Amino acid sequence: MEMIVASAVGVLTAGGVYLVLRLRAFPVILGLAMLSYAVNVFLFAAGKLTTNMPPILSKYGEATYTDPLPQALVLTAIVISFGMTAVLVMVALASFLESDSDRINLGRSENAGLPVEPGQEDAQ
Amino acid sequence: MNHWIIAPVILPALLAPVIGFVMRYDIRLARIASLAGAVALLAIALGLVVQAAGGETQVYRLGDWPAPFGIVLVLDRLSALMVLLTALLGLLVLAHATATGWDDRGRHFHALFQFQLMGISGAFLTGDVFNLFVFFEILLIASYGLMIHGGGRDRMRAGLQYVVINLAGSTLFLFALGVLYASTGTLNIADLALRLQDIPLEDAALVRVAMMLLLIVFAVKAALFPVQFWLPGAYSNAPAPVAALFAIMTKVGAYSIIRIHTTVFGPGIEATDGLAFDWLFPAALITIAIGAAGVLGARRLMPLIAFAVLGSMGTLMLAVSVFAPAAMTAGLYYLVHSTFAAAALFLVADLVMAQRDGNDGLSTRAAIAQNGLMAALFFGAAIAMAGMPPLSGFLGKLLVMDALRAPGVIGWAWAAILVGSLVTIVGFARAGSVLFWKSTSLAPAPETGDAPLHQIERNAAGTAQVMPVLAMLGLLAALALFAGPLAGYLEATTGQLFDRAGYVAAVLGTNGGV
Repeated sequence: MEMIVASAVGVLTAGGVYLVLRLRAFPVILGLAMLSYAVNVFLFAAGKLTTNMPPILSKYGEATYTDPLPQALVLTAIVISFGMTAVLVMVALASFLESDSDRINLGRSENAGLPVEPGQEDAQ
Repeated sequence: MNHWIIAPVILPALLAPVIGFVMRYDIRLARIASLAGAVALLAIALGLVVQAAGGETQVYRLGDWPAPFGIVLVLDRLSALMVLLTALLGLLVLAHATATGWDDRGRHFHALFQFQLMGISGAFLTGDVFNLFVFFEILLIASYGLMIHGGGRDRMRAGLQYVVINLAGSTLFLFALGVLYASTGTLNIADLALRLQDIPLEDAALVRVAMMLLLIVFAVKAALFPVQFWLPGAYSNAPAPVAALFAIMTKVGAYSIIRIHTTVFGPGIEATDGLAFDWLFPAALITIAIGAAGVLGARRLMPLIAFAVLGSMGTLMLAVSVFAPAAMTAGLYYLVHSTFAAAALFLVADLVMAQRDGNDGLSTRAAIAQNGLMAALFFGAAIAMAGMPPLSGFLGKLLVMDALRAPGVIGWAWAAILVGSLVTIVGFARAGSVLFWKSTSLAPAPETGDAPLHQIERNAAGTAQVMPVLAMLGLLAALALFAGPLAGYLEATTGQLFDRAGYVAAVLGTNGGV
């Protein structure tokens, strides 16, 4: 099971990093979503991998248990990353509508303060 | 328990939804409520500083759960100082935004502003690393809204870039926390400090990875060299009052490094000894160089100030990187100074831009209406930022240099600070003379009739618009005047910061002020 979890985290992270480096709004959003999935699975593994165990200590003997804290952390992380993704989608949409460009990196024009014609962006 | 400790978090948290929902259609009501909230926050912060000045580390246990299991807020001299800095800056920036009408150029400025203050105060007060992540997210999500306040093409694009880089940083933060929890089994700062003492060097690989990941995450926030690239674009395209408030956001990153990498991974911990210095020191040197080069090369006023902020972060982290009490004291003084200096510069830039039709290009145009006043304000803020006497920037850099005397450090550090300061002074002198001096030699445009005069009178900055900048310059002067008493307080702060055993005993012990 360790192998499956580890490779899942690895594949998700690699895919996420690749997509983020595309530097266009939609792939970057997908990439950040994949990175947040990767980190959620990773946080689970931080509490050591156990199956079919209750997240509480048993008072009837020495039964093992699974660590409940990473589950709470993952829950918080899911909520936050979900909200952040929603914000990111809205900001990306507004940015696209304002500038007719879905590129993440700022063009050369930003330091010169010169207006750039729409359409010139795509030629870069 | 002292319930005032959580008040800087609760007050904006309650005020923001009220402003957002109830006062959304009445900007005057929202202004009054927001300013009242900022004044109340300042009063609370002053009270906390007075309480913390006694030297006792006070703990607030949320839900009264004992420390390693529940989340705690910790009030010591450093936290109290940072909250006071936040409240003071927040109030002045809010006064400026209200007086200039920036808050009315988009929706929900005041609600987002309060959420931002809540996140920053919480990040300074928390005693739990995961809770620090949560407060980071709160201040970030509010900053996304403030960053794109007012809209516009360049601002939206810079905002998108800012959101993406910070989301990537948050993911990295979670990876770091996962590694940290897997290797130590706790996320409470005091408990971490306790357990790291017992980790032998041969088992320390995971801990070292976690520490470096955290260092990268905080360096993103503090805009240190390999991950500084987002700052100039974001700060120069943000609304100027928001950029002024963001002066404290880089300090959140700096504070996190100061807190975590001193208390948890600090000097004397065998597992991670010296690792932070090896990376922070060169990163800080290069950050100073980039900041100075950017100030010299900038063709617009806002990027110029953004690069000056970058340079000041480099100087600050240079002092922090050696993790020695004397240097930390100097670094904290410089931290307080550079926050107000950067904010004052952004606010002056806003007033200048308002009179130049929103244009901040460093090109000679006809003199603005209040050329003399603006030139004086810019001069004051610029000499503070560049580190010239008589304002506190000079003392700050002097203290930092005085503290960095160790062999192997002194050469690089002094060269970086002195050359960086010189280049920054040249950059600011050039910007000031182009903006204010050369413009007076230009003949007024021939078509100057009645209409432009009205325009000029309408754009002229009133007393209310100039007051926040003057207040900040006054604070910088006060920092220089009362440097002695302040340095005394900061020395006590550093003493408390490096007293790891005292921190652990206060948080985990039974005498936490029940």
